[in-house]
Amino acid sequence: MSSAFVLLFASITFSFFNENFLTPSNFSLILQQVAIVGAVAAGQTIIILTAGIDLSCGAIAVFASMTMAKLVQGTPGEGHPAGWSIWLAFPLGLAVGMLGGAINGFLVTKVKLPPFIVTLGTYNVFVALTLTLTKGTVPSIEMDPFLLTLGHYVNLGPFRITTGVVFVIAMYSFLAFVLRYTGWGRHVYAVGDDIDAARLAGISVNRVLMSVYMVAGLIFALSAWIVIGRVTVASPNTGSDLNLDSITAVVIGGTSLFGGRGTIFGSLIGAIIVGVFRNGLTLAGVDLYYQLLAIGLLIIFAVTVDQWIRKARK
Amino acid sequence: MSKAPILQAVGVTKNYGRVVALDGADLELFPGEVLAVVGDNGAGKSTLIKCLSGAESPDAGQIILDGVEVSFKRPQDGRHAGIETVYQTLAVAPALDIASNLYLGREMRKKGPLGTIFRMLDGSGMRKAAKDHISALGIGTIQNISQAVETLSGGQRQAVAVARAAAFGQKLIILDEPTAALGVRESRQVLKLIESLRDRGMPVILISHNMPQVFEVADRIQVQRLGKRAAVVTPKTHSMNDVVAIMTGAMTVDKKDQALSPVR
Repeated sequence: MSSAFVLLFASITFSFFNENFLTPSNFSLILQQVAIVGAVAAGQTIIILTAGIDLSCGAIAVFASMTMAKLVQGTPGEGHPAGWSIWLAFPLGLAVGMLGGAINGFLVTKVKLPPFIVTLGTYNVFVALTLTLTKGTVPSIEMDPFLLTLGHYVNLGPFRITTGVVFVIAMYSFLAFVLRYTGWGRHVYAVGDDIDAARLAGISVNRVLMSVYMVAGLIFALSAWIVIGRVTVASPNTGSDLNLDSITAVVIGGTSLFGGRGTIFGSLIGAIIVGVFRNGLTLAGVDLYYQLLAIGLLIIFAVTVDQWIRKARK
Repeated sequence: MSKAPILQAVGVTKNYGRVVALDGADLELFPGEVLAVVGDNGAGKSTLIKCLSGAESPDAGQIILDGVEVSFKRPQDGRHAGIETVYQTLAVAPALDIASNLYLGREMRKKGPLGTIFRMLDGSGMRKAAKDHISALGIGTIQNISQAVETLSGGQRQAVAVARAAAFGQKLIILDEPTAALGVRESRQVLKLIESLRDRGMPVILISHNMPQVFEVADRIQVQRLGKRAAVVTPKTHSMNDVVAIMTGAMTVDKKDQALSPVR
């Protein structure tokens, strides 16, 4: 777990520059900030483990959140009745996320296009659908209390975090269990490691890939729930950075872009490392531009290490 | 001694578009023997093997396993029927460990609710069983069953693939060019594995280009030519030069001089 060492090293380094860095309240803040990227990165991780990539994850998340919000809200002022019940709108939003993932999965497994191309295309499609749905405006709505659940605060000892953070940690724990201890998890690794070997070993490769993209779509929709809780509105613009930021978290977390290697918790640590760098550099008074530079160098460093490890093993 | 063949192919035909890969090919594999299938490129060795293992379905002809006619649609069908195939390309996942590779695609679950409800895999059970399978084949060089396959040599990787086949093969094992990617010393390991499979009574079909290896381990040698069986000989009755001559069509062997019945 080299990423855990990077996190530890960065945290200690930043604490020298600002005494407020290594405090429970600051770390609570970092965790809240990285919860959304962390959640999306969970879905991104299982896709990257199969040697795929998802550039449409943020777009799926936003489209799912807009679906939930729009359905709950209805279309007031146009003679339409009030919105749907949250117990219909919420599952439907999750279903939209899964459907988005299923479309990606179908194009990857059946049409046999590279995941990069597929999700580059569907990214634009989902952005367009979102804009069509909202007509480009941010709907100002009284958000349903259930949709705001993951924005509530809880106190854990000296830490004050949101329920969203707890939800993300629970989700990671569940995924880590499934990946480590079930046949499905092992098949995900095997497909990403060597797809031909997996097929010859009798694994239904397409079924595994399809399920991975659908589960990831569901995770993106659940991430949208965290987004709504944090920003308290469903905005078509909140997810634009998530596409690449989630990949950043996965890569820094030590998962190989070539598939088959990596751990799910690495991605959460990767997301936290990015958060720690942003926060620490800010507290140290470093300009925002240099923060971007630091993250860029961090990505290149992470992938270089990954390549070294691969070479050393061969 | 008249034994019934465990696996029999009768008049198997397979066309790829206008290319005739198999033109009424026959094959008989008898219990407890190593049957080598040799032939020039394009003689239909691989296609024949694919039809037997289920990777391809033949256009015409019969495949009879243990006296029952079978028709495989997918590789899984052949595997369920008890035919295990080790492919030329090392069909192992390099980042997974030896035990995971042995059980890839048919993992064991834990007993009780942990397995049925939580679908947990029986990691320690699989490692233990994998260790038994590996040592049963006399592969002493593999020490740690939790070792990633990519840390093994080519011969050891092939040994893992053969061990997987041996562990799950109920009826017979097909080895498709198992030594093609290996060095001399590693090929020797695999040949020893084939012999130890035979010693355990497991029938083996070996596809190979390597005549010395074929003559070393095979009980009978089936020579394929132009999509058909040209002859079946034994290492005792014919020389390597004879086999090459049959392959190229320079020599034909009369039916009564062939080894069409078991020799072991």
